[in-house]
Amino acid sequence: MIYCDIVIIGGGPAGLAAAISAKKNGIDSILILERDKELGGILNQCIHNGFGLHTFKEELTGPEYADRYIEQVKDLGIDYKLNTMVMEISSEKIVTAMNRVEGLFEIQAKAVILAMGCRERPRGALNIPGYRPAGIYSAGTAQRLVNIEGFMPGREIVILGSGDIGLIMARRMTLEGARVKLVAELMPYSGGLKRNIVQCLNDYDIPLKLSHTVVDIKGRERVEGVTIAEVDDKGKPIQGTEEFYSCDTLLLSVGLIPENELSRGMGVDINPVTSGPRVNESLETNIDGVFACGNVLHVHDLVDYVSEEAAAAGKNAADYVKGVILEKDAGQEVILKPDSGVRYTVPEKIRVSHMKENLTVRFRVGSVYKNCYIRVDFDGESVINKRRQIVAPGEMEDIKLTRDQLLQYPDLKTITLRIEEV
Amino acid sequence: MEVRNLTCINCPMGCALTVEMNGDKVVNISGNTCKRGEVYAQKEVSNPTRIVTSTVRVTGGKSDMVSVKTREDIPKGKIFDCVRALKNVEVQAPIRIGDVIVTNIAGTGIDVVATKNIEIKE
Repeated sequence: MIYCDIVIIGGGPAGLAAAISAKKNGIDSILILERDKELGGILNQCIHNGFGLHTFKEELTGPEYADRYIEQVKDLGIDYKLNTMVMEISSEKIVTAMNRVEGLFEIQAKAVILAMGCRERPRGALNIPGYRPAGIYSAGTAQRLVNIEGFMPGREIVILGSGDIGLIMARRMTLEGARVKLVAELMPYSGGLKRNIVQCLNDYDIPLKLSHTVVDIKGRERVEGVTIAEVDDKGKPIQGTEEFYSCDTLLLSVGLIPENELSRGMGVDINPVTSGPRVNESLETNIDGVFACGNVLHVHDLVDYVSEEAAAAGKNAADYVKGVILEKDAGQEVILKPDSGVRYTVPEKIRVSHMKENLTVRFRVGSVYKNCYIRVDFDGESVINKRRQIVAPGEMEDIKLTRDQLLQYPDLKTITLRIEEV
Repeated sequence: MEVRNLTCINCPMGCALTVEMNGDKVVNISGNTCKRGEVYAQKEVSNPTRIVTSTVRVTGGKSDMVSVKTREDIPKGKIFDCVRALKNVEVQAPIRIGDVIVTNIAGTGIDVVATKNIEIKE
């Protein structure tokens, strides 16, 4: 058995930032376990620019952003194992992992940071009728094929879903000589960032059809085309609106799902809305000393926020190992409750005695709201009102709470977040 | 007075910009939340530019592809020329972030640089 203060599961942006922060907060015994052959996670295939504006005040590509953290991990002498798959974590924080060099091995950790990221929603989750021909890829798979392996998955493309990866790939495939005929989005709004619609679709005259979906896939061996139809406000295809698009490839960009098999296996409570662990103000799960951050906790829009959140998780894990976070003495507990328009909050619970000076509460809204207020009520009393020009499901929102603010309400039980239209 | 509505692309905030123009002259820019938005709007209505990112083949490296970008943004109209000029480029490992891959791409005066470190394959 190997013994380690903090084991971090995943060497992507969340795992790297958590490790650096834990080290800077005084923990030397840290181990990152990464299943790929290099650190950096999905940033390595995100070759487009636009990362790091908040963190570094400059625009970086994904690999460059990752490198900033990888260099720090190396400079700080933080241990990591590549090509290493974690098989199981026990509720006693024994991590079972394997790789080709060491075989199967166990690590007893004092604290675990879950940073496994997320996975793309596959075709199987969509119930599209038709055969199962070659030529259907998730957008991220296509991204990996083009940017890392150097293959083009097809020449004539239709993309279902307007998530950011789908938009980015519409541009990427166009630049590589493919013809992207259409991006179809089931919802009446895009799930992607506005600037990706401008930069990736409008720049290349790629049409985006909102409230449309794929109702049939033609082709037995290889995709020959797809039928697109308009949908009504309940998402049901409208008869007579069907249109056939010939293509050899269908890319799916229909959402990301946090990858929590390991978390579930160890008994971590999962929020059905985020598909990520339920956490408190310290980003700690229901299991003492098990923390979560990044896309495994909830899907983020910007990697900058992943890094920020992961740094907090790393610091909190370090405090836990050093005994600063007192496990049992909870004291006053405040529940964060998402209300009309707000889908979820991270965290869901605040132990005021454990709260740092400032706390960022992140959340997503369920629909597009223009000219609205983000309202935060403390047991029914309106405390924060944030006017917003626009909020959208594709973009993460946050509010900041301070410990001083909460200490003024010693009997506080519930903080409610909601969107109110003007 | 002509009004152009743009979405700022400098960062993922995606501010909705309104540019009021009198012929070719920008009269007023609103909707931006930082200085970059103003600069972008000014540029987007006169000379739109983009950073172009792509990949080129690598020989002798731990990876077969290396990601690259134009060091600065280039005119929007030159994007395809830039990507075409990168089509058959092949570079030898090792490569460091910032290494120049192609100088003066498509006559823009801007260099294309590597955005990833590629080590030599042992």
